[in-house]
Amino acid sequence: MSNKQTKKLTPAQQQYQKFSKAREPKRKVLRNTIRAFLVGGFICTIGQGLQWIFITYFNFTEITAGNPATAILIIISVLLTGFGVYDQIAQWAGAGTIIPITGFANTIASASIEHRSEGYVLGVGGNMFKLAGSVIAMGVFSAFVVALLKITIQWLGGM
Amino acid sequence: MLKGHQSWVFNSKPVILSSAAIGGPFEGKGNVAEDFDILHEDLWLGQDSFEKAEKKLLEEACEKVIEKAKKKKEDIQFFISGDLMNQIISSSFTARTLGAPFLGIFGACSSSMEGLALASLLIDSNAANYIIAAACSHNASAEKQFRYPTEYGSQKPPTSQWTVTGAGAVLLSKNGQGPRVTSATIGRVVDMGISDPFNMGSAMAPAAVDTIEAHFRDLNIDPSYYDLIATGDLGQVGHRIACDLLTEHGFKMPPEIFTDCGILIYKKDQPVMAGGSGCGCSATVTYGHFLNRMRRGELKRILIVATGALMSPMSYQQKESIPCIAHAVSIEM
Repeated sequence: MSNKQTKKLTPAQQQYQKFSKAREPKRKVLRNTIRAFLVGGFICTIGQGLQWIFITYFNFTEITAGNPATAILIIISVLLTGFGVYDQIAQWAGAGTIIPITGFANTIASASIEHRSEGYVLGVGGNMFKLAGSVIAMGVFSAFVVALLKITIQWLGGM
Repeated sequence: MLKGHQSWVFNSKPVILSSAAIGGPFEGKGNVAEDFDILHEDLWLGQDSFEKAEKKLLEEACEKVIEKAKKKKEDIQFFISGDLMNQIISSSFTARTLGAPFLGIFGACSSSMEGLALASLLIDSNAANYIIAAACSHNASAEKQFRYPTEYGSQKPPTSQWTVTGAGAVLLSKNGQGPRVTSATIGRVVDMGISDPFNMGSAMAPAAVDTIEAHFRDLNIDPSYYDLIATGDLGQVGHRIACDLLTEHGFKMPPEIFTDCGILIYKKDQPVMAGGSGCGCSATVTYGHFLNRMRRGELKRILIVATGALMSPMSYQQKESIPCIAHAVSIEM
């Protein structure tokens, strides 16, 4: 908890936070990091393998092979989400399955499945970007900021 | 009758004529599976939404409790129920099916004992002869409303809990055979500043401790009076904190009688992290497992302290801390 939040608490509350913190099981950060590295790396290796297959056997170039490779990863991820396996893998793998494109596909697929009961328009359509929406908004915004920085640096004579 | 500051002693000792517990697939693989009246293999219960499935659980619990007491639907004078859904739709929609005069309550996961305490008060004050008190929750509908889509791949921390898919109901009456409700302590809202919705145990433990201490202070009895004292859904984390808090306050709680429904309901190897939670947790374990043990003569006096976290998905996104409550009801054979 950040200091800003702790300051608002009464002394009794702050004391209890310390008391309870000492008795809570901690997230196993090292174990989770290793798992995320292994699973994340494994997914990227599959992606690399797919790209290689498209270049070698299907006449794609290094640039154009990225799209079909990503599409296959997305399809696999969506299928695993639909079969109810993805969330179980993710509980084990943590950030390893969230960070690659598979995690992004999972946010859209899971929200769509979840809200199917409210109909196609208000349910699926209205909610499929419930989790992915903020990723897109923040992603576009940060890309914009980075682009501005690049232009500024170039204009100043750098690069 | 009011005793002390916040406790009621029921002189007429309302009788639990019958009780029922309905569970889902995960509960069927759990620790107290044999104490459920109906176990469903299908999380959807054949319905087309999780919300409808939750309502179906509650309807079945009410039907079962009426059938077991050999009564008719028309005999039920009042129906008191609560659940976790927005605007407690599971309870209201079940009341529509039941057709009985209805009092909807919301005490989050403490709704089970809040309902039982209020029902006992109505019986004790001659306001009714037959009342059903019930509560229910559904894992997927709760996840959908409070957390993320069920299939979303996020990693849950070890302090998180698993919402029970289940409904529990009791039929209370003035006369008859069965376990009797003798007293209840209504809890205060306690907020110790915990704001992590994946750490309900820590948030609710102080509320449970507050109500437990109030109960024994008001009634002027000792914990050894009971054969079993169970909190609703503190889970492994909250239970440990509650034990230590009681010790720190100088309250002597015998560890062998102090337990938690959220720890009891699932087996150790089930992937539920810190344990079970939800209205259905205390309702099914109490109205199924504990009452069955009382009827078999294994337990004579029990105290159930159902705990509830009174937050909404909106409030924690706005960085509000989680206010918590606990209600205690004592049942004696």
